[in-house]
Amino acid sequence: MSTDLIDVHAPAIDIQGLVKSYGDNEVLKGIDLTVLAGEVVCIIGPSGSGKSTLLRSVNLLEVPTGGHILIEGIDVTDEDTDLDRVRQRIGMVFQSFNLFPHMTVLGNLTIAQRRVKKRGKAEAERIAREMLGRVGLAEKADAYPSHLSGGQQQRVAIARALCMNPDMMLFDEPTSALDPELVGEVLQVMRSLADEGMTMLVVTHEMGFAREVGSRLIFMDGGHILEQGDPREVLANPQHPRTQDFLSRVL
Amino acid sequence: MALRRSQKQKLYRYAVYVVLIAIAVWVALTANWARLVPLFLNPEVALKMLPSIITVGLVNTLWFTAVAFVAGLILGVILALMKMSVIGPFRWIATVYVELFRGLPAILTIFTIAFILPIAAGVPGKDLGGPVVLGLIGLILVAAAYMAETIRAGLQAVPKGQTEAARSLGMSPMATTFWIVIPQGFRIIIPPLTNEFVLLLKDTSLLFVAGTFIWSKELTTFARDASTQNANGTPLIMAALLYLIVTIPLTRFTAWLERRMARER
Repeated sequence: MSTDLIDVHAPAIDIQGLVKSYGDNEVLKGIDLTVLAGEVVCIIGPSGSGKSTLLRSVNLLEVPTGGHILIEGIDVTDEDTDLDRVRQRIGMVFQSFNLFPHMTVLGNLTIAQRRVKKRGKAEAERIAREMLGRVGLAEKADAYPSHLSGGQQQRVAIARALCMNPDMMLFDEPTSALDPELVGEVLQVMRSLADEGMTMLVVTHEMGFAREVGSRLIFMDGGHILEQGDPREVLANPQHPRTQDFLSRVL
Repeated sequence: MALRRSQKQKLYRYAVYVVLIAIAVWVALTANWARLVPLFLNPEVALKMLPSIITVGLVNTLWFTAVAFVAGLILGVILALMKMSVIGPFRWIATVYVELFRGLPAILTIFTIAFILPIAAGVPGKDLGGPVVLGLIGLILVAAAYMAETIRAGLQAVPKGQTEAARSLGMSPMATTFWIVIPQGFRIIIPPLTNEFVLLLKDTSLLFVAGTFIWSKELTTFARDASTQNANGTPLIMAALLYLIVTIPLTRFTAWLERRMARER
């Protein structure tokens, strides 16, 4: 089958009965979740609830034990799907940034454009500088990651993902490794992405971001989605006792 | 009044100096210098050795080391990747290879390879490049076994997040290995690889077991033959000094690199 046939009417992400276990330890116990284009879905929950595993399953960094994941109508759990192709459409931002330390910022932003998208040097650099501008770091093109603050590194990581022109972005606790005073600049970039209509799936502990930017909030615990809905509604008036308990401890 | 702690330490230190100097003086006075100097530090023999001990002996040693290092490195990378492969037979082959060639004396490997290969190929040794090439093949096989383990350790020391970041950008496993993992892994293993370069440089002295021509003698063989011909040990001392001129800066360089990397962490 060809992975080029994107169904524009299909949901951005359609997760059906997703199960993931490590040996006897079942981390995800049958997750169903649909994310439409343009939605900003935030996932909260206690540690060990499976929220990061769920996010990492979307681009198959974690291989599901059971169930299906459809990205724009293409089943990525299908063995015949060209994963490298689908992954270009899914930007991913990690808690620990994972910039390539042996390359400059520009190198980080151009390597996949050149090796995967086969763009020429000039075009790749033009796009890289444009994306750096979007995250407010145009002047850092020639710096090495180790010379940047955590907040700057994470903004570069976002720019790196954007260089592949993804249709959606996954954020795995993007501000959890940052000093408190650096969190704001990263959230600001994420907010502007959301304003531009980017489809986003965000695992986060930033309740303020979830409330103000999220179009939907999901609460996970014990490998299940226990509650979801309008972020304001869920945060102000949680229905499930576990959600109430969790929110009473973090808010 | 009893000695204070610092005074005791000082006294102890001076006592050690005195003993060491006494030993040095005793050796200097009792050694048979009248025989040692003409036999091992003979200026006439030394002049005769120049410049060929450098232009032939040292140059050959450096050439053989460079060729064996580069070829061993390439084979070592392949073996390291095989050891990390998800495909069982690749892992087994690499493991058996590494255990075999690390477990045997290098001199036995070089000799056996030079002996076996022509017979296995059914052609005279000179058709396979002669003793120089055959000897180098043995040395490369040994070098690759040692380097494979170092390279594997370096590649596995690259954080998993690096691979995940590259794969999530759509890079293939091979592109990820080539552009992300190998460049970082090699940075980590520059110090141990430099050490292996030094070991390899010294192991070129074993190549004589594959056979040598006058033009293909490396430093040790060159010095040994020259010392036999002149009935004089001076060439051996000169060879020793030439080895040290190359190896000491390299080991100092390694130590400097390790200090610098420790600071960067």
